[in-house]
Amino acid sequence: MKRNLILGLVLSSLVVLAAGLSFVWTPFDHAALNIPDKLQRPNAEHWFGTDHFGRDLFSMIMVGARTSIAVAFVAVGIGMAAGVPLGLAAAAHKGSWLDELIMRGNDLVFAFPSLVIAILITAVFGAGAINAIIAIGIFNIPVFARITRGGALSLWEREFILAARVAGKGAARISAEHILPNIANLLIVQGTIQFSLGILAEAGLSYVGLGAQPPTPSWGRMLADAQTMVSFAPHLALIPGSAIIVTVLGLNLMGDGLRDWLDPRLRVTR
Amino acid sequence: MLRYTLKRFLSLLISLAIASLVIFAVVEVAPGDPASFMLGINAQPDTIAALRSELGLDVSRPERYLNWVGGLLQGDFGTSYTYRTPVSDMIADRLWVSLPLALYALTLSTLIALPAGIYAAARRGRAGDVVTMGATQLGVAVPNFWFAMILVLIFAINLRWFAAGGFVGWDQGLIAGLHSLTLPAIALALPQASILARVMRSSLLDILGEDFMRTARAKGLTRRQALWRHGVRNALIPVLTIIGLQFSFLLAGSIIIEQVFYLPGLGRLVFQAISSRDLIVVESVVMLLVFAVIVVNFAVDLAYALVDPRLRVRS
Repeated sequence: MKRNLILGLVLSSLVVLAAGLSFVWTPFDHAALNIPDKLQRPNAEHWFGTDHFGRDLFSMIMVGARTSIAVAFVAVGIGMAAGVPLGLAAAAHKGSWLDELIMRGNDLVFAFPSLVIAILITAVFGAGAINAIIAIGIFNIPVFARITRGGALSLWEREFILAARVAGKGAARISAEHILPNIANLLIVQGTIQFSLGILAEAGLSYVGLGAQPPTPSWGRMLADAQTMVSFAPHLALIPGSAIIVTVLGLNLMGDGLRDWLDPRLRVTR
Repeated sequence: MLRYTLKRFLSLLISLAIASLVIFAVVEVAPGDPASFMLGINAQPDTIAALRSELGLDVSRPERYLNWVGGLLQGDFGTSYTYRTPVSDMIADRLWVSLPLALYALTLSTLIALPAGIYAAARRGRAGDVVTMGATQLGVAVPNFWFAMILVLIFAINLRWFAAGGFVGWDQGLIAGLHSLTLPAIALALPQASILARVMRSSLLDILGEDFMRTARAKGLTRRQALWRHGVRNALIPVLTIIGLQFSFLLAGSIIIEQVFYLPGLGRLVFQAISSRDLIVVESVVMLLVFAVIVVNFAVDLAYALVDPRLRVRS
């Protein structure tokens, strides 16, 4: 299924490109109010139309991509930075109290409905992009810990690890030098999937007003603004929604494609 | 089985205890004193102190935690800071919207996903499979609150088949109640149905590759008979687990969907409570949702062990 990978790459790069380009160029100033031009349908001048303040939707989508990508990226980073070492430690000391502690802790975090806790965190500490990142990031930790431990456990049974132990390497060094490179594929694929979930979560939190705050543009908040105007200006809802879908779809396809590509065994079976 | 049940039950209790501690701790560190917040900036110190003692805020933290948990165990969730009514009553009212909504969505999701997954697996690699799986890829990528807005645009604003929001109340009859929950339930069900259909498909494909499926064909069953009698039945086991887990996603997801449809459920309660800093309500609703998730997971684990004896030994 090379098709998935290519389509996913194209869609994702499109979004990343738009976000990157927005730092140096957008068709209009994304924050500039222009009331006379308000609520225009997509046209030659405003490619995606304008909102109720006459702001250019295309520019807002470009800048909004920045917010989505930044939040999801850092959240995945938090998950990896904490989850991978925990998973490696748990696997290296399989069956020990450390393993037990890490895995039970994981189960516990899994048991929390992530959205509810994200709401609790942002409710208590205040709405904003940083708190949204933390809330989403915390739930990425057990995901990466679990997948790392799973991948590492099967590697610990292999001969080349035994060889490394015989050579006198400690658990930490083996984990870093031999286990980690061998599970990198797994982590990249999972990272892509968590990235797309992060985009969705950020959109959801911003939609209910707990994500990035004005004036930072965000797709979720654009949708919240659009809600009352959807009957006479459907493009206000359709366009940010499509931006989210394209991004998430692109990342998911890329994740699926990468998994098939990196793991030849899956090509035959599925 | 008894040993397994006891062991799982013990870990259920530990999870609940830790969960309550975490939730309490998070809310405790929240800046601001509820009593001063309720009374406004002009309040006298002694009025604030009186209110603090009325709300049970004047005792030490461990004591407050024990009071809270002790209350929860007796169904007493405390008193709302802003409405001055028992939180348990507020939650019970709202639960009558959120719980039916989650169950409705779960039913829809299962009714859509299982046939779709079975169909895709049976036509593996052919056009029907590719189209179905493409649709699920799209379904997973669609934010449900956006889908909800689009449903409102099409079915409420343009076609006028449903109301754009609000809940008529169950006293208007079951049909009327369900009718006003239909669009939210569809919006909530779509992403879950997409995930479930993919699980159903891959689980069935695994089973179809088993030797006993070949035996079933060899003894003279048609493809269709073998698929239904031996394939689908066996493939349902992992699918049931996912259905159980999805219930918690749906209950949590309803929080956002309720915002789109202005439904008076737990979600609206939480957001109203957040904006008025009524933290005891936030705390209690979150604890209730976590409780529901942990208990459902427990039930799923037990059901799973009942169906598949191998699991009892392994864990």
